[in-house]
Amino acid sequence: MISSRVAIIGIGYTPFRTISPDVSFKEMMFEAAFKAYEDAGVNPRHDIDSFVDCAEDFTEGRSIFDIQAPDNIGAALRSIHTVCYDGIGGLIVGYMLIQTGQYKVVAVEAHSKLSNMLTPGYLVTHALDPVLNKPLGYNANYIAGMEMNRYLYDSGATREQCARVCVKNKMNAIDNPLASYGDRITVDDVLKSETTFYPLSRLDTAAPTDGSIVMVLASEEKAKVLAKKPVWIRGVGWCSDTPYLETRPWSEAAYARLSAEMAYKMASIKHPRKEIDIAEIDDSFSYKELQHMEALKLCHKGEAGSLVEEGATEREGELPINVSGGSLGVGWLGEATGLQRVLEIVLQLRGEAGKRQVPGITTGLAQSWRGVPTTTGTTIILSKE
Amino acid sequence: MAMRKVAIVGAGMTKFMRRALETGKELAWEANKMALDSCGLTMNDIESVAVGTAPDAFDMVHMKSEYLTDGTSGWRKPTMRGFVGGGTGVFTVAQGWYHVASGLFDTCLVIGEEKMSSCMPHPQAAFVTCWDQFTESPLQASLLWFFAWEMNRYMNAHGITEREIALSSVKNKKNALDHPCAQLAAEITVDDVMNSEVMAWPVKRLDVSPTSDGAAALVLASENVARRITDKPVWIEGVGWCLDSMYVGQRDLYYPQYVEVAARMAYEMAGITEPRREIHIAEPYDPFDYKELHHIEGLLLCDKGQAPKLLADGYFNRDGNLPTCPSGGLLGVGNAIAASGVMKVAELYWQLRGEAGKRQVPGKPKKGVAQAWGDEMQVGTVVVVGT
Amino acid sequence: MTAKIKEWPGTPLRDTDIKEKKVLSTEWHPNLKYAWDCGVGYGRYFAELKNGKIIGTKCEKCHRVLLPARAFCELCFRTVDEWVYLKDTGTVNTFSIAYTDVQANRIKEPQIPALIEIDGSGGVGIMHLLEEVDPKKVKIGMKVKAVWKPKAQREGAITDIKYWKPL
Repeated sequence: MISSRVAIIGIGYTPFRTISPDVSFKEMMFEAAFKAYEDAGVNPRHDIDSFVDCAEDFTEGRSIFDIQAPDNIGAALRSIHTVCYDGIGGLIVGYMLIQTGQYKVVAVEAHSKLSNMLTPGYLVTHALDPVLNKPLGYNANYIAGMEMNRYLYDSGATREQCARVCVKNKMNAIDNPLASYGDRITVDDVLKSETTFYPLSRLDTAAPTDGSIVMVLASEEKAKVLAKKPVWIRGVGWCSDTPYLETRPWSEAAYARLSAEMAYKMASIKHPRKEIDIAEIDDSFSYKELQHMEALKLCHKGEAGSLVEEGATEREGELPINVSGGSLGVGWLGEATGLQRVLEIVLQLRGEAGKRQVPGITTGLAQSWRGVPTTTGTTIILSKE
Repeated sequence: MAMRKVAIVGAGMTKFMRRALETGKELAWEANKMALDSCGLTMNDIESVAVGTAPDAFDMVHMKSEYLTDGTSGWRKPTMRGFVGGGTGVFTVAQGWYHVASGLFDTCLVIGEEKMSSCMPHPQAAFVTCWDQFTESPLQASLLWFFAWEMNRYMNAHGITEREIALSSVKNKKNALDHPCAQLAAEITVDDVMNSEVMAWPVKRLDVSPTSDGAAALVLASENVARRITDKPVWIEGVGWCLDSMYVGQRDLYYPQYVEVAARMAYEMAGITEPRREIHIAEPYDPFDYKELHHIEGLLLCDKGQAPKLLADGYFNRDGNLPTCPSGGLLGVGNAIAASGVMKVAELYWQLRGEAGKRQVPGKPKKGVAQAWGDEMQVGTVVVVGT
Repeated sequence: MTAKIKEWPGTPLRDTDIKEKKVLSTEWHPNLKYAWDCGVGYGRYFAELKNGKIIGTKCEKCHRVLLPARAFCELCFRTVDEWVYLKDTGTVNTFSIAYTDVQANRIKEPQIPALIEIDGSGGVGIMHLLEEVDPKKVKIGMKVKAVWKPKAQREGAITDIKYWKPL
C-alpha cells in the first residue's frame, strides 16, 4: 500500500571518458553531486535527508568503500549508507526511504573509475564460488559466452541478430555527446572481430568507461515545490536468482522477468509492449539486449531477434530501445550503468534529449543487470505525469 | 503521515567461533532457519531480504552478497545488501525496517553473516586495504593504530585510566558466560586485562574482541502480520545512522559525534526525549572495552567522560540501573562484525520478551537501544526497540 | 526462546584442523591490481611532498585548512579557494605504541604511529610515524619535526617523509 509518489527532481553527471587521469574518483563524485544539487535546487548540508551510495569494495579496490563516500557527496556527518548494488538499486532504496514517510529528499550516487582497475578479468573471476568455480582458473567472462550459446539455441536468435544490436546501439551513440564508443559499423564487422568467449566477439561486448552520476529523489510534496519537470517513479522491482552456475537457468533471464513483474504490478502496467514508450535495457553483451527484451515481456519469447532485424527497436521504431547507445555505445559504467540508463529516460521524458529525442513519450523503463557472474537485476518505470 | 509500524517477530543465530567448519552460506542458512522456525514461518512467507555482511576481503569473494544468496534466503526474491563497515549489523535491521515501513513488503528477513576466518593468515590484515589508499595505507596502517589513537584521546580528554576502562571487558566477558553462543566468555579480573600483552598501547589483548565467524537473523513484519504471528511483537520504534568525514585529522576522536547524530535521529523517531530515563536496556557496540564507554556517552545515556565512573558503580551491570551489553557483547560473544550487530538487536528482542534465560535482566525492560559502529572511526547506526 | 534451544548451530575448528588437513579447504591468491588517479587535490599534495613541502588547501567559507590537500571542502560542499604551504613541524594529537604489525604478528621494535597536527593548519592532523624517540617519553602535545628522504629518493608519496622526531 503506497500512498504517495516519489520523483526524480535533479540529475548531475560528469563527462564519460575512457580514461580520466586528471581527476580522482572523489573529485568525479563531487562534480556529479554538485551538478545534481544545482539541478534539484537543494543544498546537501541542509535539504537532503539521506544519501545512498552504490559501490562494491573490489571494484573500487578498497575494503569498506563506504568510508570514502560521505565527504565527496556532501554527506559528512549525515545519514548516508552504501548499498552493494547498482545505481538503480540505489534509486530503489531511496524510493523506499521516502515511502517510509521519514525522509523527504534523498540523493543517490554511483560511479565508475574502471580505468583504474588493471586486472578486470581477475575481478570477474573473483566473484565466483571459491570452492566450486574459482579453481577452474579461467577469466569468468566465459559464463557470458556459455549463456549466449544457450540463449541462441533455445530462442532461435542468430549471431547476426545479436550483431544488429551492436550496430544499432553504436549508431545511436553517435548522437549522444556522453557516449565513448559511438561508431558506424556493420553486422559483418561484429562477426569478424576477434572471438573472445565463443560465440561472443570483441564487438559484442561493452567496453568500460569512467564517470559519476548523482540523482536527487523527492517526495511528491517536495517535488511539486522544487522541480520544474519532475520524473515520477511509477514502479520498481529487483530480484536475485541463484548464484550457482550449476543450477541456474541458462537462457532465461529470470531475475529480469521477476523484477519486471514486480515493477509492472506496482505501475499497474498490463501490456508492457503497448504501455512502455521507450526503454533502456542492459546490453553489456549484445545478446543480453534480446534476452532482456523477452524477459521484460516487451516482445514474445523468441521474437526479439527478428524485431531488432526489422528495425522495430530503432529510434524511429515502434519501441525504441537503447536510444542512448546502451552500454555498447556509451560504455559500461560498472555500478553507474543503471543510472546512465535512467539518465537517458529522464532526459527523454523531460524533452531534453536533443538529437536523440523521441517525440510523444510519457512512460519509460530502465533495467539493469549486475554483470557476470550474477543473476541479479532491477527494473524501474518512470513517467512524465 | 503516520509511520507504518514494523515489528521483530523472530530471531536466530549460530555460535560465534574463531573458525567455523560451515561456509558463509551455511552459517547464514542456520541463523535464518532458526529465526523462521522461532515464529513458525517459511521462506514462502518472506517477501524481501536485507543482508548485512562486512568486507568482501575476508571471504575473498567479490560481490559477496550475490554469492551468499542461497544461504540468505534471497533466491528469487528482492535482496538488498547495505554496507556501512562495522556499523552494518545494526544498520541491516534499519534496512529491513525501511523495506517494511515503506509499504512495499509485509515481511523482511534480516540476516547478518560473517566468515572472517577465510582470510589468511589473519583477518586483521584485510583492514589495511580500507584506509585512504593515497595517504594512509602506504604507511602499512594497522587497524589497531586507529583504536589506540581513539582510546588514547578519550583517556587524555577526561583523565580516565586503563584500569577503569578494563572493567568493561571484565563485565562483558562475565555476562557472556550465560550466552550459549559465546566465543570468549570468561571470568577475568582487571589485573588480567592490565597484564595481557600490549598490542598497540594503550590497547592490550584482553581489551579487544576476537575475530569471529557467525550469523544472526531476525524476521521483521508489518503490524497486521506481526499480530497474527505473536502476541509479543517487539516494535522497531526508531532508527538512525550517520557517517562522519573520513579525514580523521580534521576531527577530535575523543567523542563519537556520529553516534550522537544517529542516536538523535532514532530517539526523535521513537519519541524519546530523555534517553537516560526512557531507555531501560542498551547494547552499545563494544569491539574494544573503551568503545562501550565511548558509545554509551555518544548514545546520550550519560555525560561525556562519566561512563567509567558509572561502570565502576555497577550502574551498567545486568542488575544495575541501565544494563549494557547483557548479552556479553562483542568482547564476550565474539566480533562477527555484521552478525554481532544483528545479535545485539536479537538480544534486545529476547530480553524484551522475557526470553533471555540466564541473561534476563530484572525489571521487565520495555525499551532498548542497540548500536553499532565502524569504518574509519566514522559510523554510528542506532535502532530503538520497544514493547 | 533462547532458554529452550539446547544445540546451537556452528562447528568450531582449530587452526591445526586446517594445517593437518583434517578438513577440506581450498586456497586462492587474488591478483587484483589498481592504479588510482590522484586527481587535482592529492596530485598537488604529493608533487609538493616530492619537493620537500607540505601543502594544504583553504576554504574561505568555513576558514578551515584542509589537509591532506583536497579540491573541495566537504563541510561547505564547495571548491576550495587557495593552496597554502604549511610547515613541516607539528604537535602530537594522539599516538600509539604498536607491538604488533598490520598482519597481527609481534614485532621486536615497536612502531609509534601518530596523528600530527601540522603547524600553520590550525590543528589539522595527518597520519604518520614517530622515530628517534623513546616510546616511554612520547606525550600528547609533544612537538615534532619531519625527517625527509633525500630528494633523489622522493617519489611523490606520503613515504617521502620517512618519519617525525621530537623537536
